[in-house]
This record gives sequence, structure tokens and C-alpha cells, in this order.
Amino acid sequence: MATGIRDRVVILGMGCSKFGERWDADAETLMVEAFAEARADAGIDTAEIDAAWSSTCQEEISVGKSSIPMASALRLDYIPVTRVENQCASGTEAFRAAVYAVASGACDIALAVGSEKLKDTGYGGLAQRTRGRVNDLYWANYSAPGAFAQLASAYRAKHGVDAGDLKRAMAHISVKSHDNGSLNPKAHLRNRITMETVLEAPMVAEPLGLYDCCGVSDGAAAAIVTTPEIARARGKDDLVSVKALQLAVSNGTEAQHQSWDGSYFATTRHAARRAYDEAGISNPREQLSLLEVHDCFSITELVTLEDLGVSPEGGAVRDVLDGFSDAGGSVLCQIDGGLKCFGHPIGASGLRMLYELYLQMTERAGERQLEREPRFGLTHNLGGAPHANVASVTILGKHEG
Amino acid sequence: MSELGIVAVGAYVPPLRLSREEVAAANSWLNPGLRSLARGERSLAGWDEDTITMAVEAARSCLEGRDRSRIGRVYLGSTTAPFADRLNAGVVAGALGLRESVSAFDLGGSLRAGTSALLAAFDAAAGSDEEILCLAAERRRAPAAAAQELVTGHAGAAVLVARGPGLARLVATRSLTVDFVDHFRAADREFDYQWEERWIRDEGYLKLVPRLVGNLLESSGVDAGEIAHFCLPSPIRRVADQVAKASGIPEASVRDQLADGCGDSGAAHPLLQLASALEHAAPGELVLVVGFGQGGDALLFQTTDAVAGAHGGTVEASIARRAPCTYPRYLALNGLLKVDRGMRAEADKGTALTAAYRHSDLLLSLTGGKCEACGTHQIPRTAICVNPDCRALDTQVPHSFAESRGRVATWSSDSLTFTPDPPAYYGQIDFEEGGRLLMDFAGVPPEGVDVGTPMRMVFRVKDHDPQRGFSRYFWKATPALEA
Repeated sequence: MATGIRDRVVILGMGCSKFGERWDADAETLMVEAFAEARADAGIDTAEIDAAWSSTCQEEISVGKSSIPMASALRLDYIPVTRVENQCASGTEAFRAAVYAVASGACDIALAVGSEKLKDTGYGGLAQRTRGRVNDLYWANYSAPGAFAQLASAYRAKHGVDAGDLKRAMAHISVKSHDNGSLNPKAHLRNRITMETVLEAPMVAEPLGLYDCCGVSDGAAAAIVTTPEIARARGKDDLVSVKALQLAVSNGTEAQHQSWDGSYFATTRHAARRAYDEAGISNPREQLSLLEVHDCFSITELVTLEDLGVSPEGGAVRDVLDGFSDAGGSVLCQIDGGLKCFGHPIGASGLRMLYELYLQMTERAGERQLEREPRFGLTHNLGGAPHANVASVTILGKHEG
Repeated sequence: MSELGIVAVGAYVPPLRLSREEVAAANSWLNPGLRSLARGERSLAGWDEDTITMAVEAARSCLEGRDRSRIGRVYLGSTTAPFADRLNAGVVAGALGLRESVSAFDLGGSLRAGTSALLAAFDAAAGSDEEILCLAAERRRAPAAAAQELVTGHAGAAVLVARGPGLARLVATRSLTVDFVDHFRAADREFDYQWEERWIRDEGYLKLVPRLVGNLLESSGVDAGEIAHFCLPSPIRRVADQVAKASGIPEASVRDQLADGCGDSGAAHPLLQLASALEHAAPGELVLVVGFGQGGDALLFQTTDAVAGAHGGTVEASIARRAPCTYPRYLALNGLLKVDRGMRAEADKGTALTAAYRHSDLLLSLTGGKCEACGTHQIPRTAICVNPDCRALDTQVPHSFAESRGRVATWSSDSLTFTPDPPAYYGQIDFEEGGRLLMDFAGVPPEGVDVGTPMRMVFRVKDHDPQRGFSRYFWKATPALEA
């Protein structure tokens, strides 16, 4: 019987590059930036790393395939290095691999680095590219915002929500994230915005306007993990440990079977349920206080609050408009500014979210530092489109072992 | 020879409409003479419509409620078939789900290709117990400010023929072949080159057509005065009336040119007029159809009592559906104006022909599967059933969704993704029999769609590949008129 990952692996160090339109940087530059910070934080030498995982998603516009670019950039010591890709959960996948490697006993110290160089396309938004030779023959011609906008249409229909109310709740989400991001020196976008700005912005994919969409940027983040015993032996106390690591992947049911109504993420619900079991959480609305959810679009954050069981079904609009997930609210959401302000260098995002939880739990979050130390923090990634996607839920907390 | 007749007719006029007045006004600095043509609207194929897709739509209207397995041959007449070497009629046959043993022929080379296809169809029917499908469609292009830009329109027409009298029995046919070159288009050229209109009228229409019609009537012993419906496309003003007069056909018999809302649809036009005539004709009336081009073809029909059954108004209904298109948008959609499409348009639209062939039943006839174990429909068809309570292996039999109805489950209109005519509408379609697919939408009206909007399927161009000159096709969902 599997016992789960809870409290078997802790974070030894983390790092995060400055996110943004890094015209100065290659993907490799960003990897080194995040890695150097993580290595210094962990207090280790490169030679002490037993294995590493590199995550990138759109490798065709940045580093190319394989783990060689990262192994070379970081001058890793001929250790096993593997490149992973699982859409927007890629960064979390690299972390999961490193954590599992330590938990298995195969490694004492493992490294995960997520990176993405998106701003070499010449235009805004994600790259327009092939979805595969067969898929290109019949898949609808959708962009990322158009794919996620589908949620809004189904959500309105299911819950009888007025289009204007939903649009205002979505706008509130973006305004809140910009407020939070303005305090974060590593965020790409640090400006505050108003409800009017969001509501009057040009439409990208009905009902998502420009400010309902996250930024597109370059960035990298890194984690070095080990066992609690090794961390303590190296003089670390106040350990942040992994409480749950779950992933759920669509199997075509949502895309092909009418049992799914299009208004939520089936995967997130599966992953969250398993993650709460693994972490020992019975009441997420009460027990969670810090969320980094996959706010690629405002509507994604809104329905994810329900999928995570934090807001009641059909209740996220009310919660959001009541300020439930604002900086002063009950369950803080995107306290670092989220994808909205960091942008979404795909391979890096999952690790960037974990970095914020780690900073908050080690009281190094600067102006954003929460007064009340969170017992649990949750990160969530959602890759693909609502009808076919990968969802990850990771929970960190103070080590209790 | 046993009796031959028309079993059914169909038509498709794409809904986009271009105002001739707008075109004439925009070009008045260059060609003030266009004012004389500035009346009404012409039809226009959407960016994702071509001769193949319009032929498919016309055929579907013709074949509604009919058993398609009885069709043994399909002819497609057009001067604008998208492929010079790839059987255009074969794509149509696939989209219609005709049986694999069907014979398929492309006919082109002249605007009379539509009537020539109809002649060929009757020849085939004479020696067969099967139904023969004759299609014609045209998406002609004209340079900006040319008179043809105003005169022509895009459309498709379908005529199903077989042994037996049907709606209208074939009385006689006649052809005339002379190398009269009123216009031509070399194989490697984009546009027609046309000679003086007065000469075309006097030496062409007014001499050749009366001769052709005279020969036909003489051989069949029919008096011109008895003809009740005369179908002759008239790209020159009033030329059909003048031909009728010269041939002794009553002027009142000259069929409407369908100029307002459509325009001269080339090879398809005689068949479109024929379909329109049969939708109005009384039993026992004579209908004469002429296709003009390097001489011409003439076919004479007599309607039967069954003609009342053809009064579906397909042609009129098709013309009545309209979606306005501005002149600049028309120019851009037809490659007559170089517009900045943005860097997203640079994405490679290459088609893996291997993959396309493996999935040809999905792509051509929207074929998915039905699980024999649990009855669940799904698309695409896969090895393991999608029903979470079933998941049986290798139990799916082919099921086509092409004629299925569905409803919008989710949707958006996307201004970011590259499409030649933004915004791109798409969403999940839940089919009535079960099954779901995220599909592109076509023909979304200004008021949009919403969750629950009933949709039908249409065969369209999925992508043009400008680098290689290939077009790939797939089905899209379009709002269905509630019955």
C-alpha cells in the first residue's frame, strides 16, 4: 500500500530568475540565474547533485530537445539529467521527478530547473505552431485564450450567471493579482490596474479581454531537494517539506463524452482530492491559506477555486467579488502576482509558484510576507485546454516528522 | 432508349453578399462605366469555401432524405476546381459518403462544363440502373474593378438523374462545338481575358445559340413557342432575352438570371437556373437549358406530375440567406489586396498525406464510431470506448456525424489565432445521438451563438497551404435553422 510523499522530502534551496521580456537572455542564461540562487541557498556544490531534471515546453523556439542544454549551461558533473515536458505542468513535473528520486533513496540531493524562453517569436502571445500532424487535420483552430474562454460560456450557462457579473469577477481577479505583483521585484508586470482598465480592454477571445490573460515572458526557477535527515545534518532547521504531489491527466472523456459540462476542470478535481488525502487535509477552505493557482486566464483562476474545493460550486463569483482571495482575504491567491504578473514561461511556472510558497514559509517574502505563517500552501498547474489537459496539485508545509 | 429523367435538384449559394453599388463607387475613379452594373448584390464564397465544398452543399440539398447508396457515378463540372491533378469529384464523393465503387469525373475547360456534365450524366444513366449525380460549382475570380467582379457570383448546383421520368423527363439534347473564343484563361493564369462584349453578343450568343436551339427543336419536333422555361445564363445584359426572341421562344419564358443575390455562377449557372425552374414549373411544361461556351449544350425537358414535389424553394432559400461583406474584406479574402496578416499567418500548414489518408473517413465523411458494447457514439473513433462505464476494446463500428445535428456546449470567438477571416468561432458540439467534438464554426451570424444553439455540419476548407498549394478539408459546425 502506497504511503504517499508526505514529509519524506524537503526543500534544501530554491532560486528564481527575474521574469520578464528578457531580451538580454537565452534560456540558458535564465537557468543559470535560477540555479545559482538555489545552489547558494542550499549551500551545496554542483558536484553534490546526484541527478537533475530540466523542464521546458516549447523547446522548438528555445533550447531544443534533450537535457544537454541544461547540463551544459549548469556544467553538471556527468550526472543523469532528464528533460521533461507536460504542458504547463512541466515545471512541477521536474520537481516531482526530483522529489521522487530522493524519496526512492536513489539520490541524496536532486535538482529541478524549469525554464522557458518565449520572447523570441516576434509577436505577442504564445507561438502559433503545429499540434501534431494528425491533430492539425481536424482540431479546431484555437488559441490558448480561446480554449479557456470556452469555460466562461459553459459556466454562465450552468450556473445562470449574468455575463456582466462573471466579467466583473474575472476583472477583480486580475486587479488583485496586479496589486500583489506590484510588490514583487521578480515579477514581469508590476503596475497596478483598475477595474475600468480590465473591463474596457480589447477583446482577445470572448469574454477574455487583454487583462484577463496572463503575460508572456521569459524566466526560470529551480529547486534543490533532499531528505529531512540530510537537510538537518547540513544545519537546516525550519524545514519546508513536500506534503503532496499529484497529477491528473485527461483521458479524452471531457473531449468526447457528454458527461462533462465544460464549466470546470475534471482533472483538477481528481488531482486535488488525491492531494488532500496525501497531505491529510479534510477541509481545504479552512485549512489552506495560501494558493498559487494556474491563472493563465482570469476565468481559469475563478473555476479553479471551485475545483480545489476552496469555493463552493457556483460560489466563486461571490467569493472573488467579496475579496475572499485578495491579499487581505481568507485564502490568499497569487500573493506573488501569479502568472498574471510573472507571465508564463511554461517550463518555469510550476517551480516559480513553489518558490513563493517556500519564501513565505521561510519568512523571506519581503513586502509580501504574510503576518500569519501558512501551515499549508498549494500550487496548481493546468496545461492544455479545458477539454483535454494536465493538472498538477502540489502541497508544501512545515516539516512535521 | 428507355425514358430518362431528373430525380431531384439542389443548389447552394454561399451567404456572403457583396454590394455592387459599393464596388462601383469604390472603382468609379478607374472605371465609371461600372455604374451600369451597380444593382443588387452578388454572392461570394467564404475563405473556406471552394468549388468542392459548394458542390458538396448543393449535393446535400439535392440528396436530402435519399438513399445515397443508389448513386453509381458523380460528375463535377467547373472551370475553377481547386485541383488540376487530384480528383475533385472524388473529394466530393468522399464528403457525401458515396460508396467506394462510385465512378467520379471532373469536367472543365469551358463554362459549358455544367451542361456537359449533365449530358454525360444522362448518357451514364441510359446504360445503368443506378442514379447519377451531376454537380457543377464555380468560384471564379476577377481582377479588382473588372466588370466580371460585378457580374459573376459563386454557387453550386446539383441534378440527380436516373432512368424513369422523375420530376422532368429528358426530351432531347443537342450540342454545338465551335472554337468561338469570347474569353479564355490559360492554364497558368489567374484571371480571364475577355474580348469586346458587343462582338460576343452579336457573333456569339445571337448566332450560335439560336442555331443550337433550332437544331434541337427541329430534331425533337418541338415548337419554340411551347417552351415555358428557358434557362440561359446571361452575363451580358438582356442577351438571354435577345436569344429567346431570335429563337422564337416567348420572352416571358426566359428564366430569371438570379442576378440579385447570386450573379453568373459560370458552369453552375445553367443548372442553378434549371433547379430554380423546376422549383416553379407546373406539370407538363417544357424546360430548355443551355450552357454557352465554345458553342454550347442544350437540354430539353418536360416536367411531370411529380415536379410539384421539387417545390422546396432550395434556390430561393439559398439566395435569401445573406451575410453582407464589405468590398475591402472581399478583396482581402480573394487575394486581390495584400493585407498584413501578422506573423501568426506564417505557421506552416503542411499536410502529411499519409496521416490524411489514414484518417480519410474522419476528414471526408466525419466518421467516428459507435460502441457495439454500450451504444456510445464518439468521434474520432478510437480503440477503447470513451464511455467511462464501458471502456471496451475494439468494439466500435463506423458512424458518420455529417448529417447529425448537435448543440453548442461551449464556445468563444477568438481574435488572436490566425484565420483568414477573423474572429475564429469554435466550440464543443454535443451531437444528438451522443458524442462530442470541439469544432470550428462557419457562418456565425452577427448575433453570435450561445450554449444550446442547434448546429448542423458543413464540409469546408480547414486550411490553405500557400507554400505548397494544397487545401485540406474538414467539417465545421454552422447554426441550423430550427425546423
